[in-house]
Amino acid sequence: MGLKTLLKELFNWSSTSYKPRIEDYDVQQAIKDEGLTLDDYMEICRRLKRIPNRTELGMFGVMWSEHCCYRNSRNLLRDFPTKGPQILVGPGENAGVVDLGNGHRLAFKIESHNHPSAIEPFQGAATGVGGILRDIFTMGARPIAILNALRFGPLEDKKNIGLIKGVVEGIAHYGNCVGVPTVGGEVAFDSSYTGNPLVNAMALGLMETDSIVCSGATGIGFPVVYVGSTTGRDGMGGASFASAELTNTSLDDRPAVQVGDPFLEKGLIEACLEVFKTGDVVAAQDMGAAGLTCSCSEMASKGGLGIELDLDLVPAREEGMTPYEFLLSESQERMLFVVKPGKEEEIMNRFTRWGLRASVVGRVLKENVVRVIQNGSVAAEIPASVLAEDTPINDHELITEPPSYIREAWNWKETDLPISDLTGISPLNIKFKGKYLTWTDILLYLFDDPTIASKNWIYKQYDYQVQLNTVIPPGAADAAVIRLRPQDSNNSLSSINQGVAAVVDCPNRWCSLDPERGAMAAVLESSRNLSCVGAEPLAITNNLNFASPKNSTGYWQLAMACKGISTACQFINTPVTGGNVSLYNETRSESGDLIPIQPTPVIGMVGLVHDLNNICFPNWVNAGDLIYLLGVPLEKLPQLDNRISLGASSYLERIHGLQTGRPPELDLNLEVIVQTFIRKCIRKKVICSAHDLSDGGLAVAIGESCIGSGLGAEIHLNHCDVRIDRLLFGEGGARVIVSINPLNIKEFKQLLIDNQIPSEEIGFVTAEKELIIKHGNVKVVHTSIDKIKMNYLEAIPRRMV
Amino acid sequence: MTIGVVVFPGSNCDRDVHWALEGCLGISTRFLWHETTDLSGLDAVVLPGGFSYGDYLRCGAIARFAPIFKSLVEFVDRGGRVLGICNGFQVLTELGLLPGALTRNRDLSFICENVALRVTSSRSPWLQARSCEEVLNLPIAHGEGRYQCSKDTLLKLQDDDSIALSYTTNPNGSIADIAGITNSSGNVLGLMPHPERACDPQIGGIDGRVILQALIG
Repeated sequence: MGLKTLLKELFNWSSTSYKPRIEDYDVQQAIKDEGLTLDDYMEICRRLKRIPNRTELGMFGVMWSEHCCYRNSRNLLRDFPTKGPQILVGPGENAGVVDLGNGHRLAFKIESHNHPSAIEPFQGAATGVGGILRDIFTMGARPIAILNALRFGPLEDKKNIGLIKGVVEGIAHYGNCVGVPTVGGEVAFDSSYTGNPLVNAMALGLMETDSIVCSGATGIGFPVVYVGSTTGRDGMGGASFASAELTNTSLDDRPAVQVGDPFLEKGLIEACLEVFKTGDVVAAQDMGAAGLTCSCSEMASKGGLGIELDLDLVPAREEGMTPYEFLLSESQERMLFVVKPGKEEEIMNRFTRWGLRASVVGRVLKENVVRVIQNGSVAAEIPASVLAEDTPINDHELITEPPSYIREAWNWKETDLPISDLTGISPLNIKFKGKYLTWTDILLYLFDDPTIASKNWIYKQYDYQVQLNTVIPPGAADAAVIRLRPQDSNNSLSSINQGVAAVVDCPNRWCSLDPERGAMAAVLESSRNLSCVGAEPLAITNNLNFASPKNSTGYWQLAMACKGISTACQFINTPVTGGNVSLYNETRSESGDLIPIQPTPVIGMVGLVHDLNNICFPNWVNAGDLIYLLGVPLEKLPQLDNRISLGASSYLERIHGLQTGRPPELDLNLEVIVQTFIRKCIRKKVICSAHDLSDGGLAVAIGESCIGSGLGAEIHLNHCDVRIDRLLFGEGGARVIVSINPLNIKEFKQLLIDNQIPSEEIGFVTAEKELIIKHGNVKVVHTSIDKIKMNYLEAIPRRMV
Repeated sequence: MTIGVVVFPGSNCDRDVHWALEGCLGISTRFLWHETTDLSGLDAVVLPGGFSYGDYLRCGAIARFAPIFKSLVEFVDRGGRVLGICNGFQVLTELGLLPGALTRNRDLSFICENVALRVTSSRSPWLQARSCEEVLNLPIAHGEGRYQCSKDTLLKLQDDDSIALSYTTNPNGSIADIAGITNSSGNVLGLMPHPERACDPQIGGIDGRVILQALIG
């Protein structure tokens, strides 16, 4: 519909006596600039019963972006399970909060900073960390840990090396400076992320205030206080920018990337926690995406009240800023409070002591409106509910059949692979030029895959020890474990015995070939990781990184992944407490094709460690310990098990150059039984080690347990006619390897029987630093641990030069 | 016995030192805001790690102007023990209480890991409970920990037996593998490794205890 018709309709539509002004901006252009549609504009006019001025239109632009209002995904997020006795705060606040018992409450959330990191990796990643930390301490919690999930294109491309270096340095700069340990994460590489890396940061915090600080404004006439850094022109329109695809001209959007100052954030954390403890702050909201606009309208809308904001009182970094610039700036390290009358001075003094700005910038209104004043006149006035509630939803048609690329992939069969014999195979990947590789060669190649290899090069740059509670540091086990030691109380060494475990996970290759199974697997593997360190899974936060929902495949991927998350979370009782949706993760190549990322629904899961004396690592402990495979057993012909697959496996991709096939079926029942059993064994100290089988299957998992311990292993696979590559490298859920001291074997076997756990003794730990896998009497894998360790440790550093 | 722990707006190991001293070793502490000048009643002072004032110019370059340091220099002159850890070490060199300077690590990136350190001198009170050549395992976590000084200064450090700790495998390019030094009278120790991170068996060993114990000993 043309603009004239639109305006005509508006005049006719409304019977109110309000006379719309003819505004001095080009409506078509302005709509485009704000990333809105003509329909949105009409809706805005209808709701306002007039034409918005340019500033107001900008406010709608950010508030109605995917980043702020989930306009493409809200329908799909509704089915997430969000309730449970352990959930104190679910989705909708700055962060979720779970009850850990013993008075401990944990706030946690994940958020993406993908697009900023694509064009300015250092600041993009740094401010991503800053933003997620603010979400945590805004609730009254002291940040105690950071994790991150990263995706890059292959390191063979120099551009990707530049990106990973910048991103890691940015995360390190912010996290290290602000004094919050970066304790874990995951990194994977795939060509679909070239040009559109993913940077998802998760933070955990321990509540220090008696009541959780929420964001809804209360108290008519109460002062609104602005604290933190000054407002400048940086980060203008970041939320709208984040909600569009990346193109060749995206580099011109660099001003939309903010610059962070972790030193200010450190002061902000301390000052905020100090004032929250006084009880004089009745509501708080950090200024993240969409800055002042978002914080004002969220606070007003959630409280059912209004906010009046006087821009002349907002500490400005530069002169001559327009209301539009004030309202859309995404300058970092800023927050907005509603405080009790008479307490403003005291609160502001706390902030100035930390070298921060603080000023009263407005007040709470009875009427549900966001009113912005500059130079004594109204620059914008919008009912808060109009901006923040009942925001538009983009309807997308959900295709009923999987898209053709998926159907094609699912037709792939193992029999399409060359014959696999007892010693090896001639891979299809042209890079091997038809050369015959032994299974040992292949295992060594897999350990050289940066996705499987050690991430030491990365986490060594993070201060993972500060705060002195990191019990399991990054890379040391299947999940990180942080000791629960509140900093605001006097503890002694003997009085603290509980911990929190955290993990982030997403098998993106599986997700691309079956988003529903892939997303389920992300949840199940997260909880398996927690179980393997001895933690009881409690809840998740998720970061849904997807391509454009405008494309039917993109929307189908998103919908299927959400379905998978709901099913798995429901089943294992880990509700969703919130998260982030990042769409339009695609790049336009020079030839004009759109390259979407692999669907990447990252799961961040937290769990409780009841007793820090009972935690478990994946490393072998004693030579002579017996190695068991629990869960889905090794196969024996004629029965092949759909719960194990070479389809979508690391082996298929790295060795045969194929990203195809269907990921395995997931056995939810068995998953729960096995995980519960592992936790029980750890609690009873019956097992010495536990390690989840993931990328690269059984052989890689065994190798990892060897690398970490410096001990070897001898594994015996019964002779059978199942393909050797399937036995060694097939992937699937509900599988864990454990090692048991022979002294405990009787008790262990009894537990296996009592709990009806499918299990198989597959070998033993050796003092010789060698990994031997025998099939019947034939050694199919034989290598020194030093060799696989070298590949494992050097895979990333050697590609960085 | 009370130990002062200096707090700058950007300190981030102040609470860790407090925990190591009080929670692990039972030594009482008092936080000293950087604007204070009152060091009365203190037996020793710790300058903890962190980023004092953001350290955008140069680590510790701004911190040296903090009001507390006039009192601290007097405290040192009277023979009081002062321990500078990481950023605290950087501040001590900026203040001139220790010679030399700390610059960007050789590989230009931040390094967090556990390292082995050789006790190079047990002359000072800080390490007299250990013998020379003994190895301590302590964590490091710094981006600017590469100790640098002139040839003359290095000779003087060696002559005075003021090199307290050196790396067995040099992680950051420090001259002569130096990880920590004392002043010539031995009452001031600056080191890049974090002894407070190694006082607690649950998270990183107890090799750091000897250095913190020396605050009161």
